[in-house]
Amino acid sequence: MLKFIKHHLDTINGIDVFPVTSFILFFGFFLCMLWWVRKVSSSHFQHMSELPLGEDPSPSENTTHAI
Amino acid sequence: MIERFQYDNRIVKNFMFATILWGVVGMLVGLTAALQMIVPDLNMASWFSFGRLRPLHTNAVIFAFVGNAIFAGGYYSLQRLLKTRMFSNALSAIHFWGWQLIIVAAAVTLPLGMTTGKEYAELEWPIDIAITLIWVVFGVNMFGTILKRRERHLYVAIWFFIGTWVTVAMLHIVNSIELPISLTKSYSWYAGVQDALVQWWYGHNAVAFFLTTPFLGLMYYFLPKAANRPIYSYKLSVIHFWSLIFLYIWAGPHHLLYSSLPNWAQSLGVVFSIMLIAPSWGGMLNGLLTLRGAWDRVREDPILKFFVVAVTCYGMATLEGPLLSLKSINAIAHFTDWIVAHVHIGGLGWNGLLTFGMIYWLVPRLYGTQLHSKRLANIHFWSATLGIIFYAVPLYFAGFFQSLMWKQFTPDGFLVYPNFLDTLLEIRSAYWLRAFGGTIYLIGALIMVYNVYRTVRAGRLVANEDAEAPAMEKLVVAKESGHWHRWVESRPIQMLIISLIVVGVGGILELIPTFLVKSNVPTISSVKPYTPLELHGRDIYVREGCYTCHSQMVRPFRSETERYGEYAKAGEFVYDHPFQWGSKRTGPDLLRVGGKYPDSWHYYHMLDPTTMSPGSLMPAYSHLFENSLDTSTTRAKIDAMITMGVPYDPEFPGVANVALTEQREALTASLHKDGIETYSDREIIALIAYLQRIGTDIKVKPLAETGPTR
Repeated sequence: MLKFIKHHLDTINGIDVFPVTSFILFFGFFLCMLWWVRKVSSSHFQHMSELPLGEDPSPSENTTHAI
Repeated sequence: MIERFQYDNRIVKNFMFATILWGVVGMLVGLTAALQMIVPDLNMASWFSFGRLRPLHTNAVIFAFVGNAIFAGGYYSLQRLLKTRMFSNALSAIHFWGWQLIIVAAAVTLPLGMTTGKEYAELEWPIDIAITLIWVVFGVNMFGTILKRRERHLYVAIWFFIGTWVTVAMLHIVNSIELPISLTKSYSWYAGVQDALVQWWYGHNAVAFFLTTPFLGLMYYFLPKAANRPIYSYKLSVIHFWSLIFLYIWAGPHHLLYSSLPNWAQSLGVVFSIMLIAPSWGGMLNGLLTLRGAWDRVREDPILKFFVVAVTCYGMATLEGPLLSLKSINAIAHFTDWIVAHVHIGGLGWNGLLTFGMIYWLVPRLYGTQLHSKRLANIHFWSATLGIIFYAVPLYFAGFFQSLMWKQFTPDGFLVYPNFLDTLLEIRSAYWLRAFGGTIYLIGALIMVYNVYRTVRAGRLVANEDAEAPAMEKLVVAKESGHWHRWVESRPIQMLIISLIVVGVGGILELIPTFLVKSNVPTISSVKPYTPLELHGRDIYVREGCYTCHSQMVRPFRSETERYGEYAKAGEFVYDHPFQWGSKRTGPDLLRVGGKYPDSWHYYHMLDPTTMSPGSLMPAYSHLFENSLDTSTTRAKIDAMITMGVPYDPEFPGVANVALTEQREALTASLHKDGIETYSDREIIALIAYLQRIGTDIKVKPLAETGPTR
């Protein structure tokens, strides 16, 4: 009975290519991203991170809404 | 040049009120279902039974409550981050009313038993098409807004919205491929193992890309707003986004560990699930550390309290998820209430509390006033937090102990609890506590309704909020030390395409091999298509939502083969459109129930479960004894099966009802022998025929084949 579930791996030609490809893809992508975030200037990130704060009124929930 | 324009607050308000309305409805249905599990008499009608209300609860909470919250927060933040009004008022309105109509359609069709039988994707094909169309409207409106923006760079929250949009579109379309046989009934195009893999690729990523990524977008916008300080690390948010969407898409198979899914696919799901801890916790820490130096304000501000506990629940659920995907832990937790507790940490904690915090932040701003009562918001916070604890902790215990009871053997090698029902009755008190926790949580939500109502009464809607911003300058293509990511983040369409590639690659690499398996699933020659009567019975099984409490997947453990019989094989399910493996055992597994009891046992059991299993918590299904089976659809059903490759004889559809009549007369005669007088045209006869067939094919000896006419 075990043969019903044991041999899936053997029965697909070149099955190992799928997990290996996924690993390489992910780690390649991840390394590129790490390289990029280290390279970009911090002033750019500073600008980006302040985008939501903008010109809005003080967001304390006690503040009356101002237009 | 400074341009003047107005933000559309009306659409935000509409989605916010819809969030509140459907949230209360979804929680109320959830509480009803929780009570039905302990008081079977509360299953008062066919449309009001657990098997039909549970899909209504999950769909209402996911797509109505969380869905509307995504759109409310999304429409508010998109306009402000992009410094422009939404692209089209008309599209905003179509999106809003279309989505509400879909929800109403779901609320009507699910209790009526119109379901595809695939968890979180139960809605039938016309509604699936409507969802696709409205999703496209949302996409056009969002991308139109992005294209007419006045801020060149797209803030990270918008990446999460883009990633969400593209992935949900892909998941919904791939998983909803089905063959309609009427306006209210269709069959999943996939069968058995393939259907299971596609479904959990969808199901898992519905959690990822509907309950997680859009809410991370909301977190990255509203948490800095509420704390009045920028996100802790923007670099971390970049890594968080890309690694999260890349990893999540692979993790679906961890829902199918120890099942008949090929082993390599299970392992792939586990590996990627473990890796998911890194970006998830990166995101959680990024959220919590945003409050560095502002923790004193958390004591004062209920909004920040909601956000802090929401983000903490995100961290807990995303650590627990990967741990649950380890096979040794999964062997204990799967099919138990542990999983129910886990998803509610995510649902009540992460989605619920973040939504509440966001609503308390939005209402005073949309209505140009102050929140009616901070004290009531604090009470809501505590009732919600305590509600989560009362909900989850008893269920963790219940799941763990019930699983151990399932696996416990006497020194002589017999099951200590051979009767499944005994293990269920042991954890009944935990179910009461869960219902209590849910009640407290719901009361908190009602307090919010009152608070919001009073706030709205005190203010006036600022439907169009004046704003101004400089027009976006033409990009000077000077040789800026150009980085690919900066290039991407200022170009939304490229962002969309790269996101699609990232999630698409994962999906394709995960799914294709399993479709190749189709020719490699070891064919079991004794496995035959269902007879017409069994097919009708199976459709009743799906309609009544039996899969919400019963699995059809015996895992290869001694404790399971001892209790249920031979473990499940991939080749057994090749004609199952849709698969019915289930994900939770409130009742026993049914894969080997065929032939286990006489027909009369099933007859009495469905009429009143307590007659056969004293103390049973299963609802009675008296309507199956009153409804006559609709045989006018038999031909269409068999034709559909043939279209999908089920090997019936080409002439068979024409005579299918003859075979059906023969089989049900024989079954009625068998019941008659046991002293039961019934009409042969009743639905119960078809259901019994199906129950008696489940999982019996592998027992059939080739020569002694007793297969039904086909």
